[in-house]
Amino acid sequence: MAELWEGYALPTIIIVAQIMAIVGPLLIAVAYLTLAERKVIGAMQLRKGPNVVGPFGLLQPFADAVKLMMKETIMPSGANRIVFIMAPMLTFILSLVAWAVIPFGEGLVVSDINVGILYLFAISSLGVYGVIMAGWASNSKYPFIGALRSAAQMVSYEVSMGLVIITVLMCVGSLNLSDIVMAQKGDYGLLNWYAFPLLPMFVIFFISILAETNRSPFDLPEGESEIVAGFMVEYSSMSFALFFLGEYANMILMSAMAAILFMGGWLPPFDIAPFNWIPGPIWFSLKIAFVLFCFLWVRATFPRFRYDQLMRLGWKVFLPFTLFWVLLTAGVLVGFDLLPAAH
Amino acid sequence: MKGDLRNSHCVDCIGEMGLDGMLAEYLPILIFLGIAVGLAIVMMMASVIMAKQHPDSEKISSYECGFEAFDDARGRFDVRFYLVAILFIIFDLEVAFLFPWAVSLSDVGLFGFWSMVIFLVILTIGFAYEWKKGALEWE
Repeated sequence: MAELWEGYALPTIIIVAQIMAIVGPLLIAVAYLTLAERKVIGAMQLRKGPNVVGPFGLLQPFADAVKLMMKETIMPSGANRIVFIMAPMLTFILSLVAWAVIPFGEGLVVSDINVGILYLFAISSLGVYGVIMAGWASNSKYPFIGALRSAAQMVSYEVSMGLVIITVLMCVGSLNLSDIVMAQKGDYGLLNWYAFPLLPMFVIFFISILAETNRSPFDLPEGESEIVAGFMVEYSSMSFALFFLGEYANMILMSAMAAILFMGGWLPPFDIAPFNWIPGPIWFSLKIAFVLFCFLWVRATFPRFRYDQLMRLGWKVFLPFTLFWVLLTAGVLVGFDLLPAAH
Repeated sequence: MKGDLRNSHCVDCIGEMGLDGMLAEYLPILIFLGIAVGLAIVMMMASVIMAKQHPDSEKISSYECGFEAFDDARGRFDVRFYLVAILFIIFDLEVAFLFPWAVSLSDVGLFGFWSMVIFLVILTIGFAYEWKKGALEWE
């Protein structure tokens, strides 16, 4: 009995507690990201943003959640019911499970698998299924067009994203996310982060994650002024809210990926007194918040791309350039004997 | 051994920790998946139960900006989407192929490096052909 408790039950309880410690703050972060978005864009357009519900509008996300909760769940007459309901749930589930491998600090990770980055890449690729399923199951014109656009866009930018990840992996020599962060630790503080030696890759990665998460200026899948809300048109109430939560959780996830791959994860920018007092998870959150701010900044600044421009950028600019950069990085690493030791 | 949650970064995990130990690393992900599925179902059901449901035929007809829905929604679409999908398969496979190579670059040495360069050159020739043929044009 004691062995059953110590061997199975206790570890399971610890795992569940760890997962709850991630999911809870994550959902709150998503809620406040929606508020931050409205506040930041409001400030950039010299407006106040939401400021009625609670002090500084701080309770606005909860008011929105309650409103969505109390709405009627509409099931369109022509829809494929099961797929229609599964699509938002899939988007939401995928955006959560990816967090299992994200290291928040040294050893602060639910599952430190040795193929962490591959797992993240796979989960983020699966995200396209939620969109396709929603667009097909709705049996309506706008969702169908939106889903097609979104799927083509997401797969196009995934290729260059994959090649960017390859360049980082060559410098690290491991697929483990903690190893990727530790490889950026060095004597020069933030100059050791891959954002500097691989600056063009960082820029391309950032633009690609904008396209992957269907964010402005690549928000054609849900371009309000032409196809209403794209693949989400027929959704209401909680089924819409799950899409919404999933998309925003995905934004945070992609920002976390950018922080891990290029900005030294939980490492402080300088390994000296006032900076290394602050614990790793806080540095990590700050870096995520910075990337998310850039997301909102871009949305407030740039007009929407045209679809042919989007495809041109993905296939004719990013793909050749990242392919070239992979070869260049490999050449430099091999030629100057800078390769990391095998793990 | 299932509850044993040792962390190890070694590539050769099967040899060192046994298959059980390696699978134990994935157990949290399975539990995470279960919790996420549960959460999604609970949120969906809560709304369906709490909110009043009054469907009528107008409300549940497909949305077309106020017009009566006409024609089949799943009509024809541009063949270019299909082309993009095919191109994606090729290049995503290539990326999947590059992952192990990138990690073991220090082991495979110059021979491995040049093999991959040749592979990428062949792929680039194909890419140039697609470009020339206009598979990437979206005017």
